[in-house]
Amino acid sequence: MADLVRVNNLVKYFDIGPGEKVHAVDDVSLSIGEREIVGLVGESGSGKSTFGKTLLGLHVKTSGQVLYKGEALPNKYKPNDFRMYAPHMQMIFQDPYSSLNPRMTIGEIVGEGLKLHSNLSQVVIRERVIDWLQQVGLQADHISRYPHAFSGGQLQRIGIARALILEPEFVVCDEPISALDVSVQAQVVNLLDDLKNRLGLTLLFIAHDLSMVRYVSDRMAVMYLGSLVEVGAADDVFFDPKHPYTKVLIGSNPEPDPISERKRKSTTIQGEIPSPVNIPDGCRFANRCPEVMDICRHKTPILISLTNLANEQKPRQVACHLFT
Amino acid sequence: MRRCVIVNNPPIQGQGPEQPILSVKDLAVEFDTYGGTVQAVRGVSFDVHAGQTLAIVGESGCGKSVTVQSIMGLIPMPPGRITSGSAIYRDTDILGRKTINGQDIRGDQIGMIFQDPMTSLNPTMNIGSQIAETLTVHRGHSKKQAFARAIELLEMSKIPEPEKRAKQYPFEFSGGMLQRAMIAMTIACEPAILIADEPTTALDVTIQAQILDLMVDLQQQNGMSIILITHDLGVVARMADHVLVMYAGQIVEQGSVDDIFYRSGHPYTLGLRAAMPTNAKEGNSALTPIDGSPPDLFQPPQGCGYCPRCPHAMQICQDQLPTLHELASPTDDANTLGHAARCWLHHEANTQTVEAIHRVHSVPNG
Repeated sequence: MADLVRVNNLVKYFDIGPGEKVHAVDDVSLSIGEREIVGLVGESGSGKSTFGKTLLGLHVKTSGQVLYKGEALPNKYKPNDFRMYAPHMQMIFQDPYSSLNPRMTIGEIVGEGLKLHSNLSQVVIRERVIDWLQQVGLQADHISRYPHAFSGGQLQRIGIARALILEPEFVVCDEPISALDVSVQAQVVNLLDDLKNRLGLTLLFIAHDLSMVRYVSDRMAVMYLGSLVEVGAADDVFFDPKHPYTKVLIGSNPEPDPISERKRKSTTIQGEIPSPVNIPDGCRFANRCPEVMDICRHKTPILISLTNLANEQKPRQVACHLFT
Repeated sequence: MRRCVIVNNPPIQGQGPEQPILSVKDLAVEFDTYGGTVQAVRGVSFDVHAGQTLAIVGESGCGKSVTVQSIMGLIPMPPGRITSGSAIYRDTDILGRKTINGQDIRGDQIGMIFQDPMTSLNPTMNIGSQIAETLTVHRGHSKKQAFARAIELLEMSKIPEPEKRAKQYPFEFSGGMLQRAMIAMTIACEPAILIADEPTTALDVTIQAQILDLMVDLQQQNGMSIILITHDLGVVARMADHVLVMYAGQIVEQGSVDDIFYRSGHPYTLGLRAAMPTNAKEGNSALTPIDGSPPDLFQPPQGCGYCPRCPHAMQICQDQLPTLHELASPTDDANTLGHAARCWLHHEANTQTVEAIHRVHSVPNG
């Protein structure tokens, strides 16, 4: 599988004062193959959203490189660059309430991309918008309404229609379903799956619902405090986690099955994700890790491939001293 | 999950241990809005038993929060209106009363934690004083005494460095820590019932697991009952003894947690389960969304609210509100609520065979 997107050593720091930086994304490398869905999981504050946004150029990179079809994307996007890349790469935002302009109608919101990036006439654009509204499960007469008239689930689907109307190749979905009810989540997930098959979409699917990420994704990447701790095929990571953090994360995920919940031992860990300002040396998970060793406190582990696991297409990578 | 039951407040004379601690009957709540009157809750009855966890599940807008808010007297009136029903807590009807009767029960014997800890605490008061306030109001403690107790409570809620933390303000706490502080506040008076309205929805899974563990620990220590509102079936499976499934302002199915997960009796419960990914290793069966949306509660439908979305819908479902049909469950526990579903499929005269829905016997509503 050829890489559609390749991220090399991406770094994004936010300056918050003299000598203080938020290490939102720290040296992350990840490749996403064509027509692949990569799920990115982690706690809030782990840098998942920043990674997605920096990847698309919505934040200026501190350092590192993003290759799209082998071609390096600009470090700092100029207006023209957005014009050039927007038809190929899109984003579905987390919060549908704040990512849709309340003063534009649904037709204007969804059709804006086509207006800017194509030569289609108003009439054709309108037809396309109606077509897309129907594809995401809305009705044609919704086109003249404003965002306040819709529920969260409907707004999220409007956000999806807006991102996909240009038929991009790569879409970053930032928690597209976490604000939705269970019954609507399934609608959105099935819609994305269907569109992936029909349009050949490649997705970076950011979420914290592990069961859903496992269901949706081909591969899963686990992020902790700005760096990747484990990458591998979604089922492999879910059922056989290697990194202590991944184990904790998956162990904390309640299953909708009372019998297995009763049998399960509690795997909770104490403490919370530390502040991403002034990160200490060594492994970032060391202060919460149940299997911490001396080396973890002063040497930062790097992502290494595990060779003894048989899944050659989707090799497992883990950043942990237990495996070095 | 059967847990040891230690009742800290001894049962009132004449009440056996099977007597529910809180009994809600036929609760109906309406709200006046510009668009008309919304019938948010339409005749809900349930019992809460000592030391047990009752989970209420359902989509947003199904009336689960309104149900518990009316028990807590948190419905703004107007525009809200409790049109019928009663909530008997230990021989006292606490529904809709803002008077003394309610006040020495709410916040004292029934405590509540909310979904969003960031907006539920007072940003201008330090955490310790907010917890202490409960004790000065309900227990008549002096401020100093109450603050010292607040520190103990923070420690019980597993907040590190409680002395230092008690003097800090909400903005200095993370979401998980705020939720712990809120739990500390709620358990200050050792309530018999803890109502938790989506307590972990805003939190990460690792923090969610910590908070749920804390709630179970506290329940085992002082034997309180928990009413847990959530839409996460994973959390239900983990926490609940009994489950109420709500849809369009009514209870559509109730029963023990095993009844709900392994012997679902209502198509909506089955629909919810089919819409979620299972964690089964083999095979990734496709998710089946529930098409359509819940009915408009300005004009509730004449028949079953789930009818337009239901794959098994019959003519009668459109015309007539289904009664609650009792379903036999294999475990006969004195403390079970009894498995029941509000669905015509369980009526004797139904000829449709639905494998997943098992019809045992039906009784009139009651």
